[in-house]
Amino acid sequence: MPQFDPSVWSPQIIWLIVSFVALYYIMSRFVLPRLNEILEEREFRISDSLRRAENLKEEAEQAVAAYEQTMADARAKAQAQVQSSHERAERLAAERNAELGDRLADEIAAAEARIGAARTEAVAGIRDMAAEVAGLAVEKLVGTRPAAENVLAAIDDTLKRAS
Amino acid sequence: MASPLEQFRIKPLVDISVGGVDASFTNSALMMMITVVGVSALMYFSMRQRSLIPGRMQSIAELSYTFVANMLRNNVGAEGRKYFPFVFTLFMFVLIGNMLGMIPYSFTFTSHLIVTLGMALVVFIGTTTIGFMKHGLHFFHFFLPHGTPIYLAPLLIPIEVLSYLTRPFSLALRLFANMTAGHTLLKVFGGFVAGLGIIGIIPLAAVVALTGLELLVAFLQAYVFAILTCIYLNDALHMH
Repeated sequence: MPQFDPSVWSPQIIWLIVSFVALYYIMSRFVLPRLNEILEEREFRISDSLRRAENLKEEAEQAVAAYEQTMADARAKAQAQVQSSHERAERLAAERNAELGDRLADEIAAAEARIGAARTEAVAGIRDMAAEVAGLAVEKLVGTRPAAENVLAAIDDTLKRAS
Repeated sequence: MASPLEQFRIKPLVDISVGGVDASFTNSALMMMITVVGVSALMYFSMRQRSLIPGRMQSIAELSYTFVANMLRNNVGAEGRKYFPFVFTLFMFVLIGNMLGMIPYSFTFTSHLIVTLGMALVVFIGTTTIGFMKHGLHFFHFFLPHGTPIYLAPLLIPIEVLSYLTRPFSLALRLFANMTAGHTLLKVFGGFVAGLGIIGIIPLAAVVALTGLELLVAFLQAYVFAILTCIYLNDALHMH
């Protein structure tokens, strides 16, 4: 086997040293620090972003809580306002109703009084007119005019029987 | 027909001699250099955009980085960070070396024991040095775990020392043997394809399947090499 020929050992060892040292130098001097930098920067960026996200989440949660508080307050206030205006409207309506009822009652009473007066007047007018007509009718038939008291008495009598 | 072992032959491309020692630039050295340039270019250009959201190429660079970083963190812990560039270089060097070796007519430098042994010895000597630097002479306690009855020491210490000393060889042999065996097997089956005529379709199917297996082995051996380095490093830093 060529591997066990001692004459090829020294060049291989020498070039192994040369190439390995060269590779070690390039890696440790240029490549690995740079790679490390890239990886660390990424690590930093990721953790930084995570931290920022955490903060934003907290802020958002606070905003939500504040919003909910405001909403609850507003709802309670609106409820109270609705309640109070409802009560006021009811009170007002009751007042108006009572006022209107009073006025209507007054008007009804007045109107009833007027109607009663008119009726009495009308009834009296009818009696007189009936007496007049009856007197004239009797005069036309008999020729003499009966006494007014008699006619009135007769009419009263008739009205009484009719009613 | 060329021998299946022909593919492992070292061919000098440029003859160089340094102080009487042969330092020729060979096909093996060429593949090592291609690996260095390839890994560097891949890593460097894939993250030129430095995008926050990685594209495909940047993902490759980042995935290999996090893969090795996690391997080191899980096996060594925070103290291992110092050695990350070394483990990363080792992993990428072996991985890309193995992968480039899968290209037909190329050369697999990890199939040479001297190369894998060189890397394994660096790991072995390095971790042993780290162990002594961190624990001083206390590091010898490594060979006698805590709570061992003292009468077992004469038996246990030689075993522990022996198993510690065989680490670089097992590390080197594992990679070398896997790569050599896989490539030899591919070549042997490849030779059957041409020799058998129409029936050659059977070894051809085997070669296709074996190529898939070898790709897995190429990754797996790089991973094993890197993770054993991590384990040895952990032993050196934290003892048992």
